[in-house]
Amino acid sequence: MFNAKIWKLGDDIDTDIILPTEYLAFETVNEMKPYAFSPLRPDLASKIQPGDMIVAGHNFGCGSSREQAPEVVKALGVSCIVAKSYARIFFRNAINNGLLLIEQPDLYDEVQEGDMAQVEPGKEIIVNGKSYEIANLPDNLMEILEAGGLVKAMRKRNGLD
Amino acid sequence: MGHTLIEKIIGNKVGHEVKPGDIVTVDVDWCMIDDIMAPFAIQKFEEMGFDKVYDPNKIVFIYDHFLPATQVDDSRHFRIADEFADKHGLKNVHRTDGICHQLMTEAGYVKPGDIAFGTDSHTVTYGCVGAFSTGIGYTEMAGILGTGQLWVKVPETIKVEIDGTLSGNVTSKDIILKIIGDLTASGATYQAIEFTGSTVDAMSVASRMTMANMSVEAGAKCGLFAPDEKTCDYCKIPYDDKVKALFGDNDAEYSKILRYRAEDFVPVCACPSLVDNIKPVSELKGTKVNQVFLGSCTNGRLEDLRTAATILKGKHVAPFVKMIVTPASRKVYRQALADGTLGILSDAGAIITTPGCGLCCGRGGGILSDDEVVVSTNNRNFLGRMGTSKVKIYLASPATAAATAIAGEIVEA
Amino acid sequence: MGMTMAEKIIAAAAGVESCKAGDIETVTIDRLMSNDGTTHLTIDMYNNLKNPRIADVNKLVWIIDHNIPADSPKTAASHKKMRDFAKEHGITFYEGEGVCHQVMMEKHVRPGELIFGADSHTCAYGALGAFGTGVGCTDYLYGMVTGTSWLLVPETIRFNLHGKLKKGVYARDLILTIIGRISANGANYKAMEFAGEGLHELSIADRISICNLCVEAGAKTALMEVDDVAMDYLTTHGREPKALYKSDEDAVFSEVFDIDLSEIEPIVAKPHFVDNVVPAKECEGVKIDEAFLGSCNNGRIEDLRVGAQVIKGKHVADKVRFLVVPASREVYKQALEEGLLDIFMEAGAMVMNPNCSVCWGACQGVIGEGETLISTGTRNFKGRAGHKDSFVYLASAATVTASAVRGCISTAEEV
Repeated sequence: MFNAKIWKLGDDIDTDIILPTEYLAFETVNEMKPYAFSPLRPDLASKIQPGDMIVAGHNFGCGSSREQAPEVVKALGVSCIVAKSYARIFFRNAINNGLLLIEQPDLYDEVQEGDMAQVEPGKEIIVNGKSYEIANLPDNLMEILEAGGLVKAMRKRNGLD
Repeated sequence: MGHTLIEKIIGNKVGHEVKPGDIVTVDVDWCMIDDIMAPFAIQKFEEMGFDKVYDPNKIVFIYDHFLPATQVDDSRHFRIADEFADKHGLKNVHRTDGICHQLMTEAGYVKPGDIAFGTDSHTVTYGCVGAFSTGIGYTEMAGILGTGQLWVKVPETIKVEIDGTLSGNVTSKDIILKIIGDLTASGATYQAIEFTGSTVDAMSVASRMTMANMSVEAGAKCGLFAPDEKTCDYCKIPYDDKVKALFGDNDAEYSKILRYRAEDFVPVCACPSLVDNIKPVSELKGTKVNQVFLGSCTNGRLEDLRTAATILKGKHVAPFVKMIVTPASRKVYRQALADGTLGILSDAGAIITTPGCGLCCGRGGGILSDDEVVVSTNNRNFLGRMGTSKVKIYLASPATAAATAIAGEIVEA
Repeated sequence: MGMTMAEKIIAAAAGVESCKAGDIETVTIDRLMSNDGTTHLTIDMYNNLKNPRIADVNKLVWIIDHNIPADSPKTAASHKKMRDFAKEHGITFYEGEGVCHQVMMEKHVRPGELIFGADSHTCAYGALGAFGTGVGCTDYLYGMVTGTSWLLVPETIRFNLHGKLKKGVYARDLILTIIGRISANGANYKAMEFAGEGLHELSIADRISICNLCVEAGAKTALMEVDDVAMDYLTTHGREPKALYKSDEDAVFSEVFDIDLSEIEPIVAKPHFVDNVVPAKECEGVKIDEAFLGSCNNGRIEDLRVGAQVIKGKHVADKVRFLVVPASREVYKQALEEGLLDIFMEAGAMVMNPNCSVCWGACQGVIGEGETLISTGTRNFKGRAGHKDSFVYLASAATVTASAVRGCISTAEEV
């Protein structure tokens, strides 16, 4: 269980918004961090604090397969994203990087940016005293998430960790 | 009970019947890795502790996003990928041949019934030949490089039936844009789309490619066409029983069926800045444009260039308007040289660039400035995709793009 | 006492009977060319003037060639500024039609004219007997607003060319040899004039290539007298001379060189200076990552023919990027019709849209850290083609193409 401050974005937050193509070739995710969400909200990356969460509408992460998108969100210290729905490549990429994604249909419409949320994965999110039910991920994804991402899961498979 | 096309492809691969929702592990026929993602995939591969790739012949490296290089670090990507290719004995490396998604079928890799994954979302393109292909991140790609396998959830299928004859100025681009508008940008998320009907049967493989390519813009996992004789000609394989069995059964279960009459389609644009913001070109008439872009894995093929050339022949791009043409591959470029298409486009004032992703990936090829308007044949009009977030991008067919270039404002061909 | 060709053009532009080296004259400028390298700065300065006006808009030619198609929002913004200004003021404007100097040669330059260009390689126009010189954007702005400027009348170094270049040796080898001989500042403030029976053997393409590179020896301008070859070129392109000048027999030259063309050998300029020239054979075997055939110096149809002949039926070496960039739309079209573009594409080269490409070091084919480029471009300064720690060798179209085929510096004989 953890507490998180909410940053609220809209529907169809695409991967070009999460990280524009211009910055994809930076060698490290750290160099990319300042440009996250820059086409939409240039100052957002500098405001997000480790542990904060993002709340969004439908189709979060639509667009390209660029894994820099979930990596950069993870690198900003975002604890989880709560959206009405996700684009599928982003979904897989996030899990593979150990970034927790939660689908929740109602929360987006009822919370404000700056609200505090209490998150209990697999069970509920509480905001402003109201509980929002959330489901667990399928087992095969939980395994990857619990291993800390696909790289770590593969290292384990290859007998390295 | 019958099966949809995706159920058949995955079922054939795993050796048993599958149904939507099943999570299965599949052997991968083709891995496509582009130049942006190669260093990242290679790094993850090494972090995972693999020391050899599962099959060097099934891995294809394609440099296309950074060609020609516009930034001093771009060639680092080529170098890292080259070193990996040398180390692991990869022979399928295309360094200057064109866009990855064009080459994967054009150069003879992906065939009907294959399963392919690529580090780019438009990997869905290979559905045009009846292959299951989709985009993944570089970490998953690294996993495949090491294991040759990936888990997939068998998707539900949306069937799109189109029958009848298209009118002259309507292309497959208008069809897929209209469908995305109807489905919305997330309407097919996690699902396969299967395109059928007499209109689809009459289409060239190139036209089908445009539709398969853009199915991801409705969120789809893949966009599929049952292979036919044209597909087999294109893939240079026999039209045999194995291929003939690759179609969606009549009694298969679809999550949704959309039916269209070809005669009802009109030229459309996806308006700024969402791919599902579809309007008829007739409603946009008079919108002034600064630039027109003809190219990309969506619409940079010979038939697209020819369509534009037919419209531009003997005419000229409007004053102070730029038209940029970026053929999808070296082969397309050479064919368009040979048949006079590039000559016509050049005479009309078009700027013809070397094959590659060009403007579509937003790192060169005609970046725009604040408040400028571009009509483009590519697949995305996201905020900031082609310059600043104040650039307005309209997606359209090659025909609409060419007519617009002449008029200097959005018009029907 | 006689006058040099440079003195005659300046005297005419100044409206005086005669002038001599060292005089300062106020001249009326016939034409002012500017490109997207600096025009946005000129416009900013123009807009800051108290009473901005253009002396004669018909004299202005603006050309977008350096970063076309645009590679960044910043470039796009500067192009937009230039395009909007040109449109508003009715300035002759080209975008994507080719490298500025080639476009000027094809469409505007007339013998006897005095032309300012906001680009150092403006001295190329001497190939048609015009006094072209590169200026900064402040001088450009003054010329644009007043129609005039001041000029220090230059001394002239005369090069008398004799004989013929050997097969496999090109004008570019000649001018690189000359620059090597007189050094990168050997002609500072001076005019370089080429004459002699050897000149008449050279094509206009050769002549442009020679004049264009004179700035690399520091020259203010380069000049060649107009002969039948030049007149043919003008006629073909639908123009007539403004005036025809040549140096008088008794004109005073600061130096005179006699050059036997048959003694010139294939040359390479090594990093990082244009005058760092050695015989091409001395560089043989240097591994390359990229090769570039193009630019205002060597992107004409004649150069593409040379390259195509070398590469026909062969293939670009593994992992080498070979950029082929016709200097203008006219060249592109001609090369298309002659089948040259297909020869290059078949061989694995990258045929680009006409522009400055990697000669300008931005936008197209930028090279990375530690990489080596062999180029027909104008300059090999440190970092010119991309990363500050990269290497540029300059050579002829033949040597560049041969090197692309072998993956290391080679002369055409080796291929």
